[in-house]
Amino acid sequence: MDLQEILKQLGETFLDWNAMGEVIPKMFAVGLPNTLVLAVTSGIIGTLIGMVLALMGISRNPVARWIARIYTDVLRGLPAVLTILVIGLGFGPIIRQLTGSTSPYPLAVAALALMSGAYIGEIFRSGIQSVDKGQLEATRALGFGYGASMRLVVVPQGIRRVLPALVNQFIALIKDSSLVFVLGVLASEREVFQIGKDLAATSGNLSPYVAAGLFYLVMTIPLTHFVNWLDRRLRTGRPEKKEPDEAAAVVGKGAQA
Amino acid sequence: MSEFASGTLTAKNIHLSFGSNHVLRGIDLHVEKGTTASVIGPSGSGKSTLLRVMNRLIEPAKGDILLDGRSVLKDNPDELRRRIGMVFQQFNLFPHKTVADNVSLALRKLRGMSKEQARSEALAQLDLVGLKHKADARPANLSGGQQQRVAIARALAMKPEVMFFDEATSALDPELVKGVLALMTDLAQGGMTMVVVTHEMGFSRNVSDTVTFMDGGLVVESGSPEQLFTEPRTERLKGFLSDVL
Ligand SMILES: Nc1ncnc2c1ncn2[C@@H]1O[C@H](COP(=O)(O)OP(=O)(O)O)[C@@H](O)[C@H]1O
Ligand SMILES: [Mg+2]
Repeated sequence: MDLQEILKQLGETFLDWNAMGEVIPKMFAVGLPNTLVLAVTSGIIGTLIGMVLALMGISRNPVARWIARIYTDVLRGLPAVLTILVIGLGFGPIIRQLTGSTSPYPLAVAALALMSGAYIGEIFRSGIQSVDKGQLEATRALGFGYGASMRLVVVPQGIRRVLPALVNQFIALIKDSSLVFVLGVLASEREVFQIGKDLAATSGNLSPYVAAGLFYLVMTIPLTHFVNWLDRRLRTGRPEKKEPDEAAAVVGKGAQA
Repeated sequence: MSEFASGTLTAKNIHLSFGSNHVLRGIDLHVEKGTTASVIGPSGSGKSTLLRVMNRLIEPAKGDILLDGRSVLKDNPDELRRRIGMVFQQFNLFPHKTVADNVSLALRKLRGMSKEQARSEALAQLDLVGLKHKADARPANLSGGQQQRVAIARALAMKPEVMFFDEATSALDPELVKGVLALMTDLAQGGMTMVVVTHEMGFSRNVSDTVTFMDGGLVVESGSPEQLFTEPRTERLKGFLSDVL
């Protein structure tokens, strides 16, 4: 087998234009929207769960802290595919009896949300706890209660500084949403990976996977760069220049004392 | 005559421990309306803790705190703190808010002012400390001295009856100390009741009406600046003064 043959075979495996031509329109019509819906809805719900977990994690109530701790340890400690499978298959029959719906799609969203909630909770908690103690003290000294001080001053600063980690978590969700194929969702509910997988079975080569990979990269690479930009921006702040103190502007009669 | 709605503050026999560390061991402090009491003493003697107990950021284990002769220990502590302004060594401005929003936050949320009303009040307070032109800047873009003056404006905006300063100039570059001390002097001369924890012996001596020397959680000496600085009675104060002067 010479080099030319090897290249030809690789080309047929990975860059079969016929298979690509078939898969790409389907990606745009079905796969991409589903991947985005899965990632965005579970990201939003996961953010809400994460916020509750973070507040429980820093609360002064030990029971709340314990519950948050156990939840977080369990969901972060399990492989994503296992969580999706267990929640999807385990709750499927119950949902079917309650609503008549046989689609595992909502359960896929729920599994992704519960999982990302555990990670996001840790991100929020570390952000909130990294805010200088003086901020809470200064806010309370003005006459705000503990809750209002957290809500108005501490939590917003904590969240701001973990925005890059939050976007990273969203990138992870885009990739992890590929795992919902284990639940066997309806044809119209399939996301990028599964569309690629389906067509790879008929084309007999890996080109549909290459197309799926390109779709993922087009979503994730810009987000990765956005994270880096955000991180730099948060570290250095907006470029604005400092001015020296103009002491003369204030000193009143006290200056002579 | 006072420009401020000042009150008289009294702390009686204050005790406080952090675990087994008995930090305040029976402190008495009386600050007459419109006067300035400075508190001096070595690091770790409990000065910052005393301020935090007097505005109930920390609850005392024992003792009483009186404002205008009335005990405030049964009041809502949040409401007590609205009556006592506090300025910190590290400024503790809100970095995510503009200078004007730092000053107006409590006016809007606690005094129920409208946005416009709170802003115009904030601008008036900033004008008083010479920083109205920085209203829309972020704290990070101000010098330390400017930040501390904003912190003072933020506290004054609540129209407090007493002001606490916890080493307000200790984190400043030497050339910026003067502007902040001048502002504090103006407040003292304007009739604000003030408790000033400080390492600035010049301020303590020239501006304050009384001086309290703390060491090891106790008041070791207190009296007029004249008494403490020219005729210290205890070896501990003599030693402290010879170290800092
Ligand atoms: N939040 C706290 N928890 C435990 N110990 C504290 C705390 N704050 C202060 N202390 C201790 O209390 C003592 C007095 O501290 P502080 O009031 O800050 O003294 P000063 O302001 O005079 O330097 C020190 O031994 C310090 O370590
Ligand atoms: Mg201190």
